Amino acid sequence: MTSLAETRTAPAAPPRTGPPRLRRLGRPRTFPFARLTGIAVLLGTWSLGSALGALDPRKLSAPWTVIATGADLIGDGTLFANLVPSLYRVAVGFAAGVLIGTALAVFAGLTRIGEALVDGPILVKRSVPLLGLAPLMILWLGIGEEFKIVLIALGVVSYMYIQTHAALIAIDQRHVELAEVLGLSRAAFVRKVVIPGALPGFFLGLRLSATIAWLTLVVVESVNAIDGVGKMIFRAQDYGQSDVILVGLAVFGIFGFTTDALLRALERRVLSWRRTLAS
Amino acid sequence: MATHAGELTAAVRVSDVERRFGDHVVLDGLNLELAPGEFVALLGKSGSGKSTLLRALAGLDYDTAGSGEILVPERVSVAFQDSRLLPWLRVLDNVVLGLPGGASAGRAALAEVGLAGRERAWPGELSGGEQQRVALARSLVREPELLLADEPFGALDALTRIRMHGLLRDLYRRHRPAVLLVTHDVDEAIELADRVLVLDRGRIVVDRPVELPQPRSLRDPAFHEFRDLLRGALGVDTR
Repeated sequence: MTSLAETRTAPAAPPRTGPPRLRRLGRPRTFPFARLTGIAVLLGTWSLGSALGALDPRKLSAPWTVIATGADLIGDGTLFANLVPSLYRVAVGFAAGVLIGTALAVFAGLTRIGEALVDGPILVKRSVPLLGLAPLMILWLGIGEEFKIVLIALGVVSYMYIQTHAALIAIDQRHVELAEVLGLSRAAFVRKVVIPGALPGFFLGLRLSATIAWLTLVVVESVNAIDGVGKMIFRAQDYGQSDVILVGLAVFGIFGFTTDALLRALERRVLSWRRTLAS
Repeated sequence: MATHAGELTAAVRVSDVERRFGDHVVLDGLNLELAPGEFVALLGKSGSGKSTLLRALAGLDYDTAGSGEILVPERVSVAFQDSRLLPWLRVLDNVVLGLPGGASAGRAALAEVGLAGRERAWPGELSGGEQQRVALARSLVREPELLLADEPFGALDALTRIRMHGLLRDLYRRHRPAVLLVTHDVDEAIELADRVLVLDRGRIVVDRPVELPQPRSLRDPAFHEFRDLLRGALGVDTR
């Protein structure tokens, strides 16, 4: 309500009816496809730059050149021939790393002997940059598939271990007390309290691991590989084919995004109880 | 660790119990007996040792130094101040947690606290009062001989609390466990309990039966007299 005194002291202010307006301090509401806007602007600028000749095609090919090259690479089977080995390396390395990392985290998180045996070595391994291990792995395993898959798995093991182990030991003390007064057996405690409580950390580990798996793939495919999308773009670098490099990067982008989307969908399904807190 | 009470004469027997945190004596040679089916409220200022006593009875004080003997029945349930539901288990699974094959008993307990039909809900979907009712159902479904309640209504709003008082009294009448209700609400203690204790610096300084007819009314002058007595013992100026 506007009072008389108010209008007299502030004659310039328009009369206001209804409840006073509050300043919104939270994040403003977003609009549909908001995230695509920035991407569209970027693509638009790129197209415009290429069309006007402002971009050197040897440095950055035009978007339509990239699309045409992509179609060619698909048509003559080159892309497929490189994609299959890449997917195989990532899939096997990721799966092995997830299994081993999770197993180690559970062993270290739930048993005293595991904590003593596992936590220290993983800490040491974490301190060594993953790609610094590549020369040793090549020496041990040669430059074939084993070295590539093992290096990807090693990166994944670290992330899975750190996230899952942290979640396992950060269990809420109040839930421990509850389990004690309810007389839960050790097995029931692990099954009903520890594991579900650690699942959010496990999923965070999965998503970080997927990222590191793709990253490692590109690096290992630069080392004496005969095929793979990484090899394809390094060869293109030698021949100055910026369009092929961009096709390769687009493939990595698409697969990286798809992997993350799949993991997020899985997380939403498994952790459906969490949605009740967000709403 | 508390051991099983062999006799039927007392549900709880606490003899010369002392508990210390470092040099600080929290329970100072405490003696206490609860009869089976007796509803006792335990009052005390912050730091008087209420929670320490309750945790000792619940067997949750394995980290605490101390001496003395505690006898409690075999089936003890604890109601915490927070409902302490596991957010990843549905309501019914929370109620029967650690009770394999208890689903039908769990459903009955939920119906008793007025939450029939919410078995499949997640705890995060319930209000604070409803969550505390689920916690009560979880306590009841174990058919406790002793219910230890640590300010179970402390976090609830005034209206919900009044409703919870009625519910607790109802459930008590039907199941008849011995109850030790820790609270700092003097009115709550007088309204619900058969006997009120005041704890001060680790000793029981008031131990009085509540001889007012049920249901107890704040309009009863005797209620006020009792309240003044307890407030005096708690060191609160009443006038």
